[in-house]
Amino acid sequence: MPSVPHTLPWGHAIVDPMTPARYRVESIRSELTGVFTLGLSPLDEPCGIGFAPGQFNMLYQFGVGEVPISVSGDPDRPEQLLHTIRAVGSVTNALQRLSPGGMLGVRGPFGTSWPTTPAEGADLVILAGGIGLAPLRPLIYRVLANRSRYGAVCIFYGARTPDDILYRNELEQWRGRFDMTVEVTVDRAGPDWMGRVGVVTKLLSAKGFSPPDTIACLCGPEIMMRYAVQALHEQGVGERQIYVSLERNMKCAVGLCGHCQFGASFVCKDGPVFRFDAIAERFNIREI
Amino acid sequence: MATIEGLDRMLAGHPFFEDMSERARGLIAGCAANRVFHRGEHLLREGDPADVFYLLRHGSVAIELHAPGRSALVLETLRDGEVIGWSWLVPPYRTQFDARAIGLVRALSINGKCLRDKCAEDSSLGYEFLSRFARLLAERLTATRLQLLDLYGHPSDYAARPAERPLEAPTSPAKPGPSGP
Amino acid sequence: MSTTLSISIHELHALLDALVDQGYQPLGPRIERGAIVYDTITSADDLPVGYQDEQAGGHYRLVQADPASPESKSLFRYVVGPHSWKRFLFPPRQQLWQAHWTEAGFTLEPEVQDPARYAFFGVRACELAAIAIQDRVFVRGDFADSGYRSRREPALVVAVNCTRPAGNCFCASMQTGPRVQAGFDLCLTELLDDNGHRFLVEVGSERGRTLMRPVSRTPATPQELEHGREALEEAACNMGRQMPPDAAGILRRNQEHPRWLEVADRCLSCANCTMVCPTCFCSTVEDFTTLDGSEAGRRRQWDSCFTLDFSYVYGGPVRRATAARYRQWISHKLAHWHDQFGTSGCTGCGRCITWCPVGIDITEEVAAIRYSEGAAWVGGGV
Repeated sequence: MPSVPHTLPWGHAIVDPMTPARYRVESIRSELTGVFTLGLSPLDEPCGIGFAPGQFNMLYQFGVGEVPISVSGDPDRPEQLLHTIRAVGSVTNALQRLSPGGMLGVRGPFGTSWPTTPAEGADLVILAGGIGLAPLRPLIYRVLANRSRYGAVCIFYGARTPDDILYRNELEQWRGRFDMTVEVTVDRAGPDWMGRVGVVTKLLSAKGFSPPDTIACLCGPEIMMRYAVQALHEQGVGERQIYVSLERNMKCAVGLCGHCQFGASFVCKDGPVFRFDAIAERFNIREI
Repeated sequence: MATIEGLDRMLAGHPFFEDMSERARGLIAGCAANRVFHRGEHLLREGDPADVFYLLRHGSVAIELHAPGRSALVLETLRDGEVIGWSWLVPPYRTQFDARAIGLVRALSINGKCLRDKCAEDSSLGYEFLSRFARLLAERLTATRLQLLDLYGHPSDYAARPAERPLEAPTSPAKPGPSGP
Repeated sequence: MSTTLSISIHELHALLDALVDQGYQPLGPRIERGAIVYDTITSADDLPVGYQDEQAGGHYRLVQADPASPESKSLFRYVVGPHSWKRFLFPPRQQLWQAHWTEAGFTLEPEVQDPARYAFFGVRACELAAIAIQDRVFVRGDFADSGYRSRREPALVVAVNCTRPAGNCFCASMQTGPRVQAGFDLCLTELLDDNGHRFLVEVGSERGRTLMRPVSRTPATPQELEHGREALEEAACNMGRQMPPDAAGILRRNQEHPRWLEVADRCLSCANCTMVCPTCFCSTVEDFTTLDGSEAGRRRQWDSCFTLDFSYVYGGPVRRATAARYRQWISHKLAHWHDQFGTSGCTGCGRCITWCPVGIDITEEVAAIRYSEGAAWVGGGV
């Protein structure tokens, strides 16, 4: 299967990928209503797990359960493991109630990663919707740390309302740079909002990148990604130039329990990042 | 109407108008005027007869709806190069939304009423305008639908239904656990 | 490897006793509630004698042979029942680890594996193929399951060649049987007629050879070998069903075929097929705590892609319609398995047909799609 295997060997700290390693909560930061970022440090091993941008960990709350959460920190600073989480169910709500000093279990990192190396020399379009910006942030950090290796860099982000813009401070900082394009839009706003209102796919016509030379990385609700892929095609960006991050039910995260299957691919192992040509046919089949 | 410097060239190069017939472009140029709007001023108001449409040259315009007791709700913002206003071509020829200048706006205002009358006489001209505006409407409809879906969601939307099971794939507890450290 | 041997029924008893003496835990066919199941056997006396099975879509009966006939002495004239060897190698429920609440947080201990040395007695060709398939899933994949490996490696396999296929068998068209080819320590073929009751024994490994040492035997005679060969050939020609060729291609090309809606009208999504299938490996994990919250743990247990919860993401299941879930199961088994593990996931044992309450036949479904390839959805969508 032509998925892009950028997996690092899973952390040396974990002998058995089915048993969580213990981590301590160093910080908990409220990002938006119902969205928070946990900063973790390892307890059982002195150094942190390395991870590649786009990978995820399974976070375990004692007695409650486990959830798959993308790593959203800096891959070049693994000693500070960051996860941005939206509280929507029993486990994530329990994680939200943790405070510094608390303990949780971590298994990982799992999955494929964003194409940081194949994209060198190309223009990069990073398109995110809602909390989809979180799995893309490690990619942005990596690119900015090696800025000269990439051509034009564009970040296009869509949120629900101005109050739901994730990592707003950082987006404003990135927007202030002279070497990248950052455009943000919201689905609706009051009259105090001086920025854009409209779908995120519209931002793609704002130019800033050369379609034949572009690699696009998309993350957000699947509907958004479907339309974004279409809009990118209309601009002249082909299937082999687009990468998407998919989400399915994950339990074991190691390709053994079968839950996350998407056609012949295990999203936990052959994904979550897929190059679009590998899944284009499946993407449009309902309930596959 | 006075002709505007470089207007023909501008229309010929603009993606919306570029493959229209010269005659159509000539008519538009003949009915166009440069306008400037300051922040907060309205290019279009809901309910007015729709006799004009705009080609936005510089600035941002908010398409919005007002309602008593609440601040206006912005549905979409349009920017440089975009066309504002389709009600002039579609019955009942009444503007459907407010269009407010967010900052300083320079726009080309085009006499839709005059064009509309010309289209009624000449159906091939009518077809040219209708087909372009149909495409515009389709794009706006698709975008609106996507916005309508509220794809990014909000936690309170999920928390508001206590009878439902928690919305993440359960590694469900058989019995209740401690509430945290 | 070596010459085929021949032993009597008396020596077969001695073989089983040797297994026990050498410290194996023998597991083999027994009758429970009217079906052949796999359970602990202490000697050859526990084996069912003189039974044969009638299998059809949603139908299973064990019938006893006429006491006057030679078949009344047979040990292996039935094929497979609802059990498969996966219940021992990949137990239905397994504790993964345990955690204890402490002042500072919690501690975790993985479950210590202490596997018994199993001896699987009476393994059919399709079952050997199924074990090999699960080996590829659990041991040769990217992440090996250490528990599976610890049970699999010491397990001894005494295989049996099927001389009488049942109504739902199609191992011949799946190229997994009826003849046992490889992966066994010993392989038996029952020879039963008016002249006597003997067993051919092929030795497939050093362990098998060691096991046969205390058992008295003679090399098989040419007539015995001929008898065995004929029986197997006849079995291959009398298969109840067959799988159309290129099932994988047929399914890949027809993911939106109207047949999915049709089978969904019959399918109860009861998950029986996945429970009896010897290669299905889907599992779930369950986290649990004690009432006072001081201890927690995680268990792994069998799961089925037919459950509504299986594909749950927030908002709801991805595969809501029964049609989508049936399509997932059959496409995984016959098509996607090739992409994932390099072989088909199906061994042609027919259990899914026998134990389906409405008798859905996996071979018939593939044939139906094959004969109307390219047919389009009515009204679009599942």
